[in-house]
Amino acid sequence: MTTLLDVRNVSKRFAMGGILSRQYTDAVIDVSFALESEKPEIFTIIGESGSGKTTLARMILGLEEPSDGDITFEGTGAADRKNRKVRLQFMRRVQPVFQNPFEAFNPLKQVDRYLDATARTLLGLKGKAEIEKSMDDALQKVGLSYREIKGRYAHELSGGQLQRVAIARALIPNPALLIADEPVSMVDASLRMSIVNLLKDLRDNFGVSVIYITHDLATAYYISDRLIIMQKGYVVEMGPARTVLDAPQHPYSQLLKASVLSVDDAGQGNLKPADRAMAEAAWAKSGEGKLTPRDDGRMVRVG
Amino acid sequence: MAQSNDILTVKGLKAYYQMAYFGIEREVRAVDDVTLSIRKNEVYGIAGESSSGKTSLIKVLAAAIRPPLKVVDGSLTYRFGDIEIDPYKAKKEDVDAIRWKHLSYIMQGSMSVLNPVRRIKRSFEDFAFRPMGVPKKEFWERTEAHLRRLNLSPDILRAYPHELSGGMRQRVTIALATVCQPEFIIADEPTTALDVVVQKDVLAMIRDVQQQMGSSVVFVTHDMSVHANMADRIGIVYAGRLVEEGPTRTLFTAPKHPYTSHLVGSLPRIGDTSPKAALEGRPPNLADPPAGCRFHPRCPLAIDKCKTDVPPLVAVGESHRSACWRSDDVKPLATFGQPAEALS
Ligand SMILES: Nc1ncnc2c1ncn2[C@@H]1O[C@H](COP(=O)(O)OP(=O)(O)OP(=O)(O)O)[C@@H](O)[C@H]1O
Ligand SMILES: Nc1ncnc2c1ncn2[C@@H]1O[C@H](COP(=O)(O)OP(=O)(O)O)[C@@H](O)[C@H]1O
Ligand SMILES: [Mg+2]
Ligand SMILES: [Mg+2]
Repeated sequence: MTTLLDVRNVSKRFAMGGILSRQYTDAVIDVSFALESEKPEIFTIIGESGSGKTTLARMILGLEEPSDGDITFEGTGAADRKNRKVRLQFMRRVQPVFQNPFEAFNPLKQVDRYLDATARTLLGLKGKAEIEKSMDDALQKVGLSYREIKGRYAHELSGGQLQRVAIARALIPNPALLIADEPVSMVDASLRMSIVNLLKDLRDNFGVSVIYITHDLATAYYISDRLIIMQKGYVVEMGPARTVLDAPQHPYSQLLKASVLSVDDAGQGNLKPADRAMAEAAWAKSGEGKLTPRDDGRMVRVG
Repeated sequence: MAQSNDILTVKGLKAYYQMAYFGIEREVRAVDDVTLSIRKNEVYGIAGESSSGKTSLIKVLAAAIRPPLKVVDGSLTYRFGDIEIDPYKAKKEDVDAIRWKHLSYIMQGSMSVLNPVRRIKRSFEDFAFRPMGVPKKEFWERTEAHLRRLNLSPDILRAYPHELSGGMRQRVTIALATVCQPEFIIADEPTTALDVVVQKDVLAMIRDVQQQMGSSVVFVTHDMSVHANMADRIGIVYAGRLVEEGPTRTLFTAPKHPYTSHLVGSLPRIGDTSPKAALEGRPPNLADPPAGCRFHPRCPLAIDKCKTDVPPLVAVGESHRSACWRSDDVKPLATFGQPAEALS
């Protein structure tokens, strides 16, 4: 087995209120996990707002430097990427997917121009024919074709098509890993399903691994192989997605599952703030103890 | 029709994006002939799929439109106590005077009201200090208490917007829009970037402010589970038109439009391991919408008449309106954990 991505004891501390401030935020605290090259998977990160999910994603993308710990991708680390060639190779292999398909595209720019730009900068292609072929290959993978989107503006495509185009753009350089930070949070339920099905398809048919960040527990359950649950910078629970979500064990994971809005009493005015007793228990425990393995393959942070 | 407790009355409203690309004129009919009214002291939810025109509609209601979006027809009247105002006919000063204090708008994406180079604290001073009309000390006390209700530490007042996570920024804008307890709150996808725990707290806070003040809230989300828990009434938008409107419980249990029935029936739940049936086809192009009922190409109940005649939005029950030629034949899909029979 070779390691695709190795995140080892990674932490990130920010100064808040400008760099001269003395106030710190520990955005990510001692996070470790690894993805294997031979076993493409959908690795999901869920958790509290502000718990460090985006920060972790940005560190993996090389957009933010860890304060502590190491991240290596296909054997190369941040230091190796000072070399231009290594950096370019890295940018080809790890690609981000934008969050909101409607905002990612400028309404005055034809959507294929984004794909064109990626083919030029990351693959160094110059000829019209080779660029079109690489665009078409990527679009085919998401169930579209170059002919369908050529010359079209964002508002001429449906939301689902646009998000597919965004993913196709990321696929142009043939990445091994996609990092999708809330790719479906702005879209309705049926569109959401079609996007997550596409991610699944990329994993199964093209061997692409996906780090999927979401607040939506239903799609997390539906597509993930493994997941981690984060709270206040810590991983509080980690393991096979269905094992964890069927019966979460950390108090915060339990609170999360219990807080999913139910539609069963629609319109009855039963909305209450999240369960206080559970919330107190979850906050009290955050960060305490160590991630401890359990028999069913998960790890839970216990004191 | 206008009742004395209607705070907003909208009649025959049309708002289009009018553009010219390379000499070709295009018109996207994002809000097409919408008539509705919002009562004092109610929460009105607007639902619909992506690009159906929800954001466009709510921008028009908030008097926050910019070219190429233009109001091309219809009227919109707010009534705040003695003030009666149509923002599209009134003077700019008069419209500015009602903002924040009477009318506040939480935009989709949330970043835009926060000035990127100023600390959060400054944004609160700029927008909320004057409308609230209390001494500085009390102003900050109230602001900090309000932030805590949204699970935000008052420390974030010293931060710059880029130093906060997406969900924190979203809560900051909600705090800004609600701290003065305005009579009319308009919110576009206010909780989509939040985790479910915080989402629940934020929604409960909005309801709380609304009930304490007897204010009205109009909010957009594509998330039907949020509507189920927040809204007193729901309006369903399809391709720029209001296609159904009614009390929340009624729309969930006895919808009278096939599109609504699809929306409430297709909700994913934790534990789903196979996909729910998606709606066939794609959302219509609003630059060239289908004739007749705009939903007919995707509608399981469509008949010939639907292809040519636009169904009017008519009463189908107590405060319940639907725009469907076959509203009597609409059945709720098996939904939320109860067998379909129990619902009909
Ligand atoms: N550039 C920055 N400077 C200072 N602090 C930052 C910066 N970026 C993030 N933070 C802080 O790091 C913490 C984690 O933020 P992050 O954006 O990773 O959260 P998240 O888990 O993605 O949250 P959300 O679900 O709301 O998107 C927060 O406390 C945030 O304020
Ligand atoms: N700035 C714009 N210029 C041109 N068309 C736009 C613009 N913004 C939105 N539209 C179009 O208006 C329609 C409705 O969009 P919007 O109101 O954002 O929908 P929703 O909020 O329901 O997703 C879509 O067809 C969209 O492409
Ligand atoms: Mg984030
Ligand atoms: Mg919108």
